[in-house]
Amino acid sequence: MSSLIAWILRAIPFGTIIMYGAMGEIVTEKSGNLNLGVPGIMYLGGFAGFASAYYYENLTANPNPVLSVVIALLCALIASTLGGLIYAFLTITLRANQNVTGLALTTFGMGVANFFGVFILNGSSYSAAPLANKAFAAKIPVLSGLGTVGQVVFSYGFLVYAAIVLAIVLFWFLSRTRMGLNLRAVGENPATADAAGINVTRYKYVATLCGAAISGVGGLYYVLDYNQGIWATTEQIEALGWLAVALVIFTTWKPLNAIWGAYLFGMLYWLYQFLPSLMGISVPSYATDLIQMVPYVVTILVLIVVSLRRKKENQPPASLGIAYFREER
Amino acid sequence: MAQTQYAIRLEHVTKTFGGVAANQDISMQIRRGEILSLLGENGSGKTTLMNMIAGIYYPDEGQIYVNDQLADIRSPRDALALGIGMIHQHFKLVDVFTAVENIALGLPKGERFDLRRVRDKARAICEKYQFALDLDQKVYEMSVSQKQTLEIVKVLFRGADILILDEPTAVLTPQETERLFEVMRNMRADGKAVIIITHKLHEVLEISDRVAILRRGCYVGDVLTADATEASLTEMMVGKKVELDIERPEPKDPVRRLAIQNLTVYNAEGIKVLDDVSFDAYGGEILGIAGISGNGQKELLEAIAGLQHAAPGSDVKFFPPEREHQPMELLGKTPRAITEAGVHLSFVPEDRLGMGLVGSMGMTDNMMLKSYDAGHSPLVDRKAPQELAKEIKEELGVVTPDLNTPVSRLSGGNVQKVLVGRELAASPIVLMTAYAVRGLDINTSYTIYRLLNEQKKKGVAVLFVGEDLDVLLQLCDRILVLCGGRVNGILDGRTATKEEVGLRMTNLVKEDAEQ
Repeated sequence: MSSLIAWILRAIPFGTIIMYGAMGEIVTEKSGNLNLGVPGIMYLGGFAGFASAYYYENLTANPNPVLSVVIALLCALIASTLGGLIYAFLTITLRANQNVTGLALTTFGMGVANFFGVFILNGSSYSAAPLANKAFAAKIPVLSGLGTVGQVVFSYGFLVYAAIVLAIVLFWFLSRTRMGLNLRAVGENPATADAAGINVTRYKYVATLCGAAISGVGGLYYVLDYNQGIWATTEQIEALGWLAVALVIFTTWKPLNAIWGAYLFGMLYWLYQFLPSLMGISVPSYATDLIQMVPYVVTILVLIVVSLRRKKENQPPASLGIAYFREER
Repeated sequence: MAQTQYAIRLEHVTKTFGGVAANQDISMQIRRGEILSLLGENGSGKTTLMNMIAGIYYPDEGQIYVNDQLADIRSPRDALALGIGMIHQHFKLVDVFTAVENIALGLPKGERFDLRRVRDKARAICEKYQFALDLDQKVYEMSVSQKQTLEIVKVLFRGADILILDEPTAVLTPQETERLFEVMRNMRADGKAVIIITHKLHEVLEISDRVAILRRGCYVGDVLTADATEASLTEMMVGKKVELDIERPEPKDPVRRLAIQNLTVYNAEGIKVLDDVSFDAYGGEILGIAGISGNGQKELLEAIAGLQHAAPGSDVKFFPPEREHQPMELLGKTPRAITEAGVHLSFVPEDRLGMGLVGSMGMTDNMMLKSYDAGHSPLVDRKAPQELAKEIKEELGVVTPDLNTPVSRLSGGNVQKVLVGRELAASPIVLMTAYAVRGLDINTSYTIYRLLNEQKKKGVAVLFVGEDLDVLLQLCDRILVLCGGRVNGILDGRTATKEEVGLRMTNLVKEDAEQ
């Protein structure tokens, strides 16, 4: 029982990282842009958030935890939006190939983060922002102390709850508002949207930038909460970024599915550590990587099932990955 | 004269595309409470003219008056603001949205966003004009007719009182057409101006109050439908015969090469596009195929070339020169086997690069598409195709800086020469061409006619799908007229009149008039 709880306590924060990444990508893809730069954007967001919090803590006499949260969030949002701007300018204005641009952005984001990270690490293998970490990971007082339920439900940093709220807001936005309807039309059939008087370019830009900003928060959450405020040069964020892209497919582009899908991915990702002890068996260490593959396998299965059923509602936006030219004679 | 007698008045409207006049000095009026048919052959400029009213194109010259006010229509939005709505042949709908969501798309920002109010208003419109439409149905579940209905409701919802329908019946069954006409009459009774673009004469006579006729971009005139007959409309539509001075050698001992029996083809939507087509094609003659586009010409050639599935009971026999008594069944053979037997298809589609040529490759490489698997060497032979490319370039006068310049950079006419030249070089026994001179200037067209005649003299059976009746009448030995996927008579090219062909293109002849 206790190891099941430990498993959940591990899975939910893990799921939250990829949930942000996936929700950002859903918004982007709803406009017809397939941004494979999600890992790079999460790097940018994570690093900008960490660096700003780190310098604020170390250069200020009396750092304020709330202010450090605000600064880190703001910097993460700005950095990841800029990453999205690179993608948007190349693919929307210059109509560059979306896949190539996205992959380049991933490499670029990793490179930028690791390059500037060198100056913060200053020779050591990692550096930390403990104050910001404490602020980001602060549990809900009182409620988190209420036994097992309190522990499982209320013992996370505020970004975990913000993610759930955001998923519901996105659901409401996409299905109930005029702008949501217009955005979906842009991703499905830009020519029709254009004919209806919708500014396709503006919708694509705004969706891509907002999507990048949301994805970037995933990187921020990883560094300052999940990874206990520690910055190190690892490739961990990239792996998480790809998992986020896989999660988008798993959710069939529906924000509400991202909530449970992300937690399920978290459970599956940590399967290798908790399942053996739950079942009382031992797994050789070389099998660990194989088990960590399960989320991807599940995604492939979902793809197969969705493709077989051919239900239109579960398909990606019809014009995903295609640049829009207004037809002229 | 009442102030708003004319819903729309055009004054000297001209529109040119790349030097070719699509509409030339057109002046006409559209009245309220009437159904106007806009009649004309393919390429006569009907759709271009209406697109200018609907804000898709902007006229180069001339003025458009809406309700006697000079109007400056720059976009479909401007047109809708003036109460003009056009229903195009290609629907502008989002497939995964419901009917209501599609109607709500792009509504003016002023009002509160409320799908329920949109639905109520749309339902009221449906009841008023008796549309059969489930407003909560997803578009991808709808039939073509339902999608069309939705498009009409969409423009009515936005307050349009001038409706333009671009060949609305082309995709409908007779029953659906009848229902559409009923709705159009309801709209007329409501005082709206309805314009229907069409080339089906019997529909013109059935539905419209007045007919306006275009020919080659010019306005021929208008007549009250009550005063018109099919013959008088055809004459206005096709005009007088123009002498083209195309050579037409007498066929020399024609031999049967193709025997098509009861060929029936269904398209992907399950609609019968070829209905029980039977004819023979002979070596040493040019068989013209006339018809309004979309009446089965494309499917006919593709079925013979093995690119379309024919329905059971169809039969296409090919008589090779060396074994004339052992005909070969072409149906069920792969396109490659058919080509190897000597039946070649040179199809010039709307976009010339769409079929047959790869735009990013040069002439030589495009020649290689047909010869890459020749010989037994694992390496391809580049020499022969290069020679061939050189030959075509010189013989047909293809203007290209280099044999390796991507063909997509050549002008349309030159691309067409490459395409036709390659098919001719394969020394076919049966040569099928569709729209071989589409978009070509006069000189190049004559080059193509000359080439076809050369093939004919060599004893090749040529099938020539054409658009220009004058060309068909002066180039072809026999003319097969397709109408609604059926053979509507095979005429002698030397004696047939333009009116006769035009009438058969637009109207099924009941009695069997084959010669």
